[in-house]
Amino acid sequence: MHGTNDQPPARDWPLDLYRVLKEAGIRQATYVPDAGHARLIELFQADPEVATTVLTTEEEGVAIGAGAWLGGQRSVLLMQSSGVGNCINMMSLLPACRFPFLALVTMRGEWAEFNPWQVPMSRATEPVLAAIGVTTLRVDRGEEAGETVSAAAALAFEADQPVAVLLSQRLIGRKKWTGK
Amino acid sequence: MDRQMNASTSPALDRREAVRALLAERGDMLVVTGLGSPSYDAFAAGDHDGTFYLWGAMGGAALVGLGLALAQPGRPVVALTGDGEQLMGLGGLATIAAAKPGNLSIVVLDNGRFGETGMQLSHTGLGLDLHRIAEAAGFAAVTEIRDRAGLDAYRGELRRTSGGPRFATVRIRPENPERALPARDGIFLKNRLRGHLGLPVT
Repeated sequence: MHGTNDQPPARDWPLDLYRVLKEAGIRQATYVPDAGHARLIELFQADPEVATTVLTTEEEGVAIGAGAWLGGQRSVLLMQSSGVGNCINMMSLLPACRFPFLALVTMRGEWAEFNPWQVPMSRATEPVLAAIGVTTLRVDRGEEAGETVSAAAALAFEADQPVAVLLSQRLIGRKKWTGK
Repeated sequence: MDRQMNASTSPALDRREAVRALLAERGDMLVVTGLGSPSYDAFAAGDHDGTFYLWGAMGGAALVGLGLALAQPGRPVVALTGDGEQLMGLGGLATIAAAKPGNLSIVVLDNGRFGETGMQLSHTGLGLDLHRIAEAAGFAAVTEIRDRAGLDAYRGELRRTSGGPRFATVRIRPENPERALPARDGIFLKNRLRGHLGLPVT
């Protein structure tokens, strides 16, 4: 799991996310794996009511989600902040067709990040999402995760809005690179 | 083998005739078209509420088709696009092969050129075979269509809801026929397709 030395044992927020996404009627989950999404991906893969699709690049999930909605299904895209940059032109679909869109974005490059290469896209994540018209909500604490994603799903699928929930690096925890 | 020569010297199809042949008597088929000429070709073959024309999102046609195919497993779904559009989404062929939607077919109208931008040679014009990439990715069925008989034989395949994902390269001549422009309002096109499927239109 996500080991940390500077936080108390966290609430099982990935399970909260799974529950609220199921309540929201999610039938397709697309993802480029991230350690912060690992448990949620496993929960979806174990669920025969949800089609999980592994992507080679995150923009594919934007297009798949558009097709899912055309066919009457709700979807969620799981990715890391570095993947947001890969999505931008494909996100033209969202305002052009007023597609609902829900993404959960695990943040890198902001909290106790050790890899400088993660920082530029981390800093660009919210501005570029805003520029293409995607509303962002942020989760910093595990106990808020379910409620925030539930609200984001309502905004996406009831009001036909594109929404990304940014799951902060503090929530996910420091990445351990030494020892094992 | 000189595959660069193939595209320019072998008999190739008229794109409008090819698309008319493939979409004739389409039944309950759903169609997603890639931006540029494939959208014009599908519109020229006959506008249909079950067609969603992309006017942007380059590289996304096959993947919009994937999401639609997964959501509507009882319907045949065809993504009709061009070589340039598909080349921008090559990774998507890997994703589709891994997802294994039996009811999805990808049809690439391949003239070996970027036809919208001045007929510059594309990678397929320089020798790449997209259907061979699809085959290597794990598509269940791949084919290359070079003549009218091939089109007529493939029409039935496109109507199947199992046995996919399928991939077909259709060799067309590098020509730009007179434009036939479908609706460009994405919200209208989205709601039209959802309405066609009996889904709520919000």
